Amino acid sequence: MSLVLEMAAKALKMNIPLSVQLDLTYRCNERCVHCYLDHDDHGEMTTAEIKNLLDQMADAGVFYLTISGGEILMRRDFFEILEHARLRTFCVKLKTNGVLIREKEAARLRELGVESVQISIYSHRPEVHDAITKMPGSLRQSIDAVRFLREQGLYVTMANVLMTQNAADYKEVRLLAQELDAKFIMDPTVTPMMDGDRSILELNVDQAALKEVFRNQELVGNVEEFCAPPAAVGQDDLDSLPCSAGHTACYVSPYGDVYPCVQFPLPSGNVRETKFVDIWRDSPQLKEVRTITLRDMPSCSQCSHGATCTRCPGLAYLEGNMRGPSTQDCEKSFARTGIPSENLKSKLAAPRPVNSVQLIQIKGLQPVPQHLPRTATDGTALRA
Amino acid sequence: MNTSCYVVRSNAIAARALGDETMVMSATNSTLFTLNEVATTIWEAADGVTPLDEIITNKICAQYEVEQDAALKDAQALIEELAVHGLVLVSDAPIAKAGRASKASA
Repeated sequence: MSLVLEMAAKALKMNIPLSVQLDLTYRCNERCVHCYLDHDDHGEMTTAEIKNLLDQMADAGVFYLTISGGEILMRRDFFEILEHARLRTFCVKLKTNGVLIREKEAARLRELGVESVQISIYSHRPEVHDAITKMPGSLRQSIDAVRFLREQGLYVTMANVLMTQNAADYKEVRLLAQELDAKFIMDPTVTPMMDGDRSILELNVDQAALKEVFRNQELVGNVEEFCAPPAAVGQDDLDSLPCSAGHTACYVSPYGDVYPCVQFPLPSGNVRETKFVDIWRDSPQLKEVRTITLRDMPSCSQCSHGATCTRCPGLAYLEGNMRGPSTQDCEKSFARTGIPSENLKSKLAAPRPVNSVQLIQIKGLQPVPQHLPRTATDGTALRA
Repeated sequence: MNTSCYVVRSNAIAARALGDETMVMSATNSTLFTLNEVATTIWEAADGVTPLDEIITNKICAQYEVEQDAALKDAQALIEELAVHGLVLVSDAPIAKAGRASKASA
């Protein structure tokens, strides 16, 4: 077992929140089409409140601190907060779009000893990246930031979220990361908004694109192994925990709300009302999350993918049941192995809504205004 | 290494106690280390103004059944290892908090 896993196992046993993601703000200078956040400020924590929270988190045993947003540099007190975090010897990872990171900021980040910086790069083509961020010139600025940070010797990760707009570009982004001596990661999942709005899921790539990604040796390593039929579910698997959310990790919003994870918006307390460590130890919601094993999941415990699925409990929660399946992960398991999950099988077996197909066909036959694209794959045209 | 040298924890680290151990990560190369209970005691006492032999006498020999010479030898090996990875700074003179990196050698 690696040292990192050993420490995680110890933290789990001792009920210590080893990792926390703290979002400083939901405000942002970009307006990404797939973003799950509401960018208005509804009363962010003050500098003093955040410093106090950092002190509490250090005392509670938090080691890995991911500072994210929104865009973290939209906060004028960002460096003051970061200084305090480093004074309390957190291992700090940053997530940013990099637009506000120039030479001076990169040098300051190195001085403060941040562990790594993750920057979102959606495409190597400005017309694609900038259309996703809705900010002209953003690709150039983000790439410049990667360069400035690398010149300082900082670890940089280029994060590529795969969606319909940029599905063809990830290979080029990977090459760009190699050229800039940055790490490349890719996430093929667009997640629902934190308020539960699922409309942005339309941006997710289809099965064909997922299949192609999962068979790219450069991304997954041994394709045969990665795409192999799932191993049988054993007793140990049934007692396994879904992920670290609520077990050794949690998320704190700019308003002080504590959730098991940024993708698992189950309100579990607020640090403006209750001490962080008391929420961590005593929140009924976190306690409930901690009780859930694969055995408690009616559909997933019966599914052949049970032992190997990447099921996200947060996505399951956003789908309506934190003990239920996460359909997006079922789709990934299907794209990987060609074997449908129990959840997908039951969805296929369920009766279809009587009118849905006919309605789309009727609408598609309606005259399309000249200014709209005449393509059946464009939802705007179909709804016109 | 001089047994009455001064040792201070580097600024370029991340660290946190986990039970009776301490996790320490180098900010320069992200390598993770763990210190056991005794090493943690030395780590926490490494303030740059208390000589290493004094730390061993007061914090280690006073708490654990160990001979001063043996403890000091082990402590020197530990400090040398930590210094190689840039986790501590070592000096023959007390290390002031401000500007300590320029006065001491890793």
